Amino acid sequence: MLRLIAQRLGLGLLTLFAASVLIFAGTEILPGDLASAVLQNSATPESLAEMRKELGLDRPAAVRYVEWLGHAVEGDLGRSLASHRDVVEEITPRLKNTMFLAVYAAVVAVPLAVVLGLMAAIWQGGIYDRAVNFVTLLTISVPEYLVGYILIKYLSVRLGWFPSLANVTPDTPLLERIGLTFLPMLTLVLVVMAHMMRMTRASVLQIMASPYIEMAFLKGLPKWRVVVRHAFPNALAPIINVIALDLAYLIVGVVVVEAVFVYPGLGQLMVDAVSKHDVPLVQACGLIFAGAFILLNMTADVLAILTNPRLRHPR
Amino acid sequence: MRLFGHRVPLTALIGLVIIAVNLITAIGAPWIAPFDQANVVGDAWGDPTSQNLLGLDNLGRDLLSRLIYGARMSIGLAFVITCLSFALGIVTGFAAAVLRGWVDTLLSRIVDLLLSMPTLIFAFIVLSVLGTDLPVLILTIAILDSTKVFRLSRALAMNLAALEYVEVAQVRGEGLWWVIRKEILPNAAAPLIAEFGLRFSFAFLFIAALSFLGLGVQPPNADWGSMVRDYRDMINLDAMAPLYPAGAIAILTIGVNFVVDWMLSIHSHAHGDGA
Repeated sequence: MLRLIAQRLGLGLLTLFAASVLIFAGTEILPGDLASAVLQNSATPESLAEMRKELGLDRPAAVRYVEWLGHAVEGDLGRSLASHRDVVEEITPRLKNTMFLAVYAAVVAVPLAVVLGLMAAIWQGGIYDRAVNFVTLLTISVPEYLVGYILIKYLSVRLGWFPSLANVTPDTPLLERIGLTFLPMLTLVLVVMAHMMRMTRASVLQIMASPYIEMAFLKGLPKWRVVVRHAFPNALAPIINVIALDLAYLIVGVVVVEAVFVYPGLGQLMVDAVSKHDVPLVQACGLIFAGAFILLNMTADVLAILTNPRLRHPR
Repeated sequence: MRLFGHRVPLTALIGLVIIAVNLITAIGAPWIAPFDQANVVGDAWGDPTSQNLLGLDNLGRDLLSRLIYGARMSIGLAFVITCLSFALGIVTGFAAAVLRGWVDTLLSRIVDLLLSMPTLIFAFIVLSVLGTDLPVLILTIAILDSTKVFRLSRALAMNLAALEYVEVAQVRGEGLWWVIRKEILPNAAAPLIAEFGLRFSFAFLFIAALSFLGLGVQPPNADWGSMVRDYRDMINLDAMAPLYPAGAIAILTIGVNFVVDWMLSIHSHAHGDGA
């Protein structure tokens, strides 16, 4: 089992390396070159040549990639082209905000989704189950901004319960922060929960078809006990897997939700950087997002290995 | 109701109606819309009247007409992207499955590489260099999306290629193209059509999200995503304006998903659950 996990960790590192190549190559090999992207319409042949030199574009791409990666590993992500500030300094407070929102949403969504999904499995075919099925089928296809703006319109503007803008600063106290980011958190939870619930229900129901579950019923155990004690632990691996993948999706959802609530997170920073052609900043944000995505995927696989009873007790 | 010999459940019927209405609106926009999309007909944020059913927008244009023309842009773009990604994904996927060897390895590794990070993030990186012109948007999303079509069509073709009748055709001396066209494609059609629906709703949501973030369709063009962006400040005044385009996006996506769900359930009774 340890070998399996080590293999998976190695694969994760390899993927991260591949992603870094892709991020670098994406801004290099593409036809539009960095210097003309920065200068846009004001480009003259002379200014282009100068800019290329300033950015070091006159040296081979492979050399610059190794340099970039080496610096990135040491924690130096270069300087922003737009603000000329250090990229790491620019990113750190934003990353903290995004992490806070993502963790906040995950802490609420995961237990809620698992419990509601289990309830749907216990009352399979009943009114609750069918209602959950229908509602989740609807919310699964609804974009984040619709959910966000509906919440703002009714909970914030009409009822005035929550602020519509999540304008936190680095010294906002935790309690106030939780209140300010309540609506963005709720939006993310609503969007990400539907899939988790459906998968929890489906995984438990799949286990419910196995012979040992029938055995448990024949022993005379009540249904909730069979579901919670016998089926759920064995359905845990696929559920954990789905949750980790859904959390990876949360990373992308966060970008849109931050825009809706004007929340100063990493997603907003990246979107701004993209529209300003601030390539070093885009690369750095991309590296962080890709890293988080890969980490969650890897965690999903490792947890699946750890929770699989057949792999836990090797013969 | 029955369609092609299959019972159509209520949700699928609703989905089909939604898709039909949207298609008619998109194609017939110039005839259906009461005003031209660029015409300024009154003051900014004018209230709904009998002439302007949904009121006026941020520049005093008829909101309903903007929505109707927006359908054209949103649906048209998503359709073009999906067709491109399908053409690319199916050709490479089938080629990988039939040719095997280094072609398969090379294509599969490229796809693995592209899938190693979230699509949105990769799109950001490309757009930061190339800008947000429509051809760039279309090609970027189509290529990123074709990776999923590649995986599906490769898996389908791999399974089909192992079947006796395909082997018979090959032994009979039929050419590669003939085998793909006559033996593999007809049998892979059903799952591929369902996948087309899924990919369409993905491309549709993706371009809308980019436009909402200001990195998609640029003015003077407008799709539903960029309309949500243009109207979003009005939400603080308790207005409905941003909810119309956002709602339109949601309704079409739900419609497509209902139909896709039904199609998948037809072709996989074994899974039954549909989750």
